[in-house]
Amino acid sequence: MSQDEFERVYEITGRDFTNAGRVSTGIKDILKGMGIRPEIVRRVAIASYEAEMNMVMYSHGGTLTLRVSPSDVTMQVVDKGPGIQDVALAMQEGYSTATQEMREMGFGAGMGLPNIKKNADVFEIVSAVGTGTSLMIQVHIG
Amino acid sequence: MAVSGRLSLERVRELLSAEVLWPCDLSTVIESVGSADLMSDVLALGWPGMLLLTGLANIQAVRTASVADIKAVVFVRGKKPGRDVIELAQQMGIPLLSTPLIMFEASGILYTEMCREQKIQAVGASRHESG
Repeated sequence: MSQDEFERVYEITGRDFTNAGRVSTGIKDILKGMGIRPEIVRRVAIASYEAEMNMVMYSHGGTLTLRVSPSDVTMQVVDKGPGIQDVALAMQEGYSTATQEMREMGFGAGMGLPNIKKNADVFEIVSAVGTGTSLMIQVHIG
Repeated sequence: MAVSGRLSLERVRELLSAEVLWPCDLSTVIESVGSADLMSDVLALGWPGMLLLTGLANIQAVRTASVADIKAVVFVRGKKPGRDVIELAQQMGIPLLSTPLIMFEASGILYTEMCREQKIQAVGASRHESG
């Protein structure tokens, strides 16, 4: 990592609905503090929040690594499983396997992954059942 | 989902007979209003600076408001979140109100008022141009 790059790793706990969203509001504060344009901060925060909620709702937990360079904000989101059976289906707006508990939290409308993609300039998803899901979300600053 | 115009939070409070849940600045002007219970819809379709009407009175409504640059939140049907949620909103500077009205009624009142404000502004602008 060069001197003008920032990196922070956050641990996210699966099923911890009380703290869900805390990482993303923290990321937003960091980016605002760096003087990054509000519309960029908003896009990163929305993508981060959707990814964080997905990890809390559907996974056994994992990590979100935030990297900020002069040109991009990048988030690597890696969970510990169970993985997504059909990624193409999960990317469709409206498709959801959410439980009633998740819907009561205001999520589970099947908008999470499409909304992350919409807010990212670069988005990659890799998932394997039994292993986990990994997302790479990048938003250009310039 | 959203309609735009200009309304102060004080006017919103009057129109919706709403209770203010922490002592915030009611002179704040909002320029759009949206109604949703699903926070994913707010994240996907909401506008920065929007007032959110919602029946979801939990911590995710406040975190969503913070992430999506929502200016204020009005809970419908007299719902009020717990003290911890109100304290978080206060820390984040997000005004919270609670109205006894149902979502449909509250949305209709604010929609009508926003449209009225838009017309007044349009008439004012055309008078200014012709004068």
